[in-house]
Amino acid sequence: MLGWSAFKKGMNMGIVKTSRLIFEYIRRNEEGDVEGITRAVDRVNLDINAGEFVAILGHNGSGKSTLAKHLNAILDPTEGTVLVDGKDTTDENEIWNIRKTAGMVFQNPDNQIIGQIVEEDVGFGPENMGVETAKIWERVEKSLKSVGMYAYRHKSPNRLSGGQKQRVSIAGVLAMHPKCIILDEPTAMLDPNGRKEVIAAIKELNQKEGITIILITHYMDEAALADRVFVMDAGSIAMQGTPREVFSQIEKLKQLRLDVPQVTMLAYELQKKGVPLDAGILTIDELVGGLKACQLL
Amino acid sequence: MIRDITLGQYYQANSVIHKLDPRTKLIGTLVFVVSLFVKKNIAVYALAALFLASVIKVSKVPYRFVVRGIKPIVMLLVITGAFNLFLTPGDVLVTIWKLHITAQGVENAIYIVIRLLLLILGSSMMTLTTTPNELTDGLEKLLKPLRIFHVPVHEISMMMAIALRFIPILIEETDKIMKAQMARGADFEHGSLVQKAKNMIPLLVPLFVSAFRRANDLAMAMEARCYQGGEGRTKMKPLCYEKRDFVSYVVLALYLCLAVAGGILFARIMPTWASVLKGN
Repeated sequence: MLGWSAFKKGMNMGIVKTSRLIFEYIRRNEEGDVEGITRAVDRVNLDINAGEFVAILGHNGSGKSTLAKHLNAILDPTEGTVLVDGKDTTDENEIWNIRKTAGMVFQNPDNQIIGQIVEEDVGFGPENMGVETAKIWERVEKSLKSVGMYAYRHKSPNRLSGGQKQRVSIAGVLAMHPKCIILDEPTAMLDPNGRKEVIAAIKELNQKEGITIILITHYMDEAALADRVFVMDAGSIAMQGTPREVFSQIEKLKQLRLDVPQVTMLAYELQKKGVPLDAGILTIDELVGGLKACQLL
Repeated sequence: MIRDITLGQYYQANSVIHKLDPRTKLIGTLVFVVSLFVKKNIAVYALAALFLASVIKVSKVPYRFVVRGIKPIVMLLVITGAFNLFLTPGDVLVTIWKLHITAQGVENAIYIVIRLLLLILGSSMMTLTTTPNELTDGLEKLLKPLRIFHVPVHEISMMMAIALRFIPILIEETDKIMKAQMARGADFEHGSLVQKAKNMIPLLVPLFVSAFRRANDLAMAMEARCYQGGEGRTKMKPLCYEKRDFVSYVVLALYLCLAVAGGILFARIMPTWASVLKGN
C-alpha cells in the first residue's frame, strides 16, 4: 500500500512548475541604449500536475505565448524559476532533456514541418535524440497512428490540409515520447473542421496516453474541455480554476476582453431574466437539462 | 496547381536504377562525365552513348522524357557549336565573309556538341531517378570526409533539404502577395524592362519579410525538437550499400576501363578528321 501511494504521489508530482516567473522584453534604440522595458510575463505561479489538461486563455498580447516559450526553455526567465519535471530550464546541461520532456507545437503548421514526407518529419525529433533506426520507425508508426495520420505517411506535407498538418506536427512531438505537450495556439490558423480534428486528437492523447497537455488558446470552447483554466491578462494570471468556475464569472471575463462560450452566455442571460439555472453551464446538454429541471422544456 | 511542381524533374518508376543508393548514382555520374573527357574520338562517344542508352532502358524512364531535358540547352549547344566552328584556327575549308570554317573547327564543333549532349543527358538521368531528398542524403554521406577541413557538410545538406521543402510554400506565398498587390493596383506585366523590375519591389519586400519570419519560426521549431546539428544524430533512413550497388560499381569500373582502352587504341588507328578532310 505504501508503495502504491508513493507511486501515486510520484504521478501527481507537478510536471511544470513556475514560481514568480518574470520576463521582460527590452527595447533598444539604434545606439543600443535601453528605450523601454515591456514586462510580458509578470510574477506567474503555475503548478501543473502530470496527466492534467490545462488551458491558458488570454486575448492577444496577454503574454500567454511568451509564457509557453518558457516551458520549453526557448526563453529564459528574467526573474523567477521554471521547473519542468523537476529540472530548472536555465540549466544548460538539462536543456535537451527539458525539450524531450515538454514538447512544443506552434501556431503555423507550415513553419514547423521540416521533412518533405510526413513520416520523415515525424522521425526528425527521434533522429535528433539519437534513437536507433529501428526504434525510430516504431515511434513514427505509433505516433502517426495515435493522431490518425498513418494513412498519409508517404504524402508530402504540402498536400495536406491545415488540420492534418497540425496533427503531423503533434505526431512529430509525440515521437519524442514527451511527458507533456505545450500547444501554442495550434488552431489559430485552421478552419472549424481543422480545429475540431486537432482538439479531438489532443483530448485523446490526454485521456488515452495520459500525456499532460498545456493548451494555449483564445477559443473559449476549446478551453472548456480542459481540467483547469488559467486566464492571463497583462502578463499575469487574472483568473484560475475549473472551466465551470472560470466561465461562471462572466462579468469579470468581459472586463478581460474575453468571450464566454455561447451556451454559457445564453444561460447567463436567461439567469439574469429570472430563469433559475446553475451558474457556469458549459454544454448544450447541461443547458437542456437545466431548462428541463425548471420545467421550461 | 502550383503545389504540383516537381523539383529536379524526378520520374517515378520501379527500376533497379531508382533503387540504387544515391551515392552509387552520384559516383556513377561522375565516372560517366570523366569518361567523356578521356579522349576526343568517336569510339569513346559511341561507347558512352551505348552505355547511356542501356542505363535509360534499365531505368524505365521513357526516352521522350529524357530528351525533354535537352530543350533548355539547345541555345547553348548552337552557340558553343558555332563558336567552335568559326573560331578554331587551322586549315581553312570555306570562307564566308570574314568567317573561316576550318577542318579542325568542324571536328571540334561536332565533338563538343556530342560531348555536351551526353553530359546533360547523363546527369539528368541521375536527377530523373533520384528524389531530391536522397540526393542531399547521398551528398552528405559522400562529402563527409571533408569535415576534416571544417566544411560544414551536414549543415549544407540540411540547408538544401529545407530549401527544397520551402520552395513550394514560397511559390504559393509569392502568388498570394502578387494577387494582393494586384488588387491594390500593382502592375507586374506592362512597361519596359526597367519599369518591370521596379514594379517587382512591392512583391519582393513582403516576400523577404515573410521568408525571414518563417526562417525564424522554423529555427525555433527545430530547436524545440532537440535539433543540435549533425553531432550524435541518427538516421531514420540510413544509406546502406546492397548487392546491386556493388554490381553497379563493377559495371562502372568495366565501362571506364573500356572507354580508356578503346579511346587510346582507336586514336592510334583512326586518322584525324583534319587529315581526312584535307584528303591525305
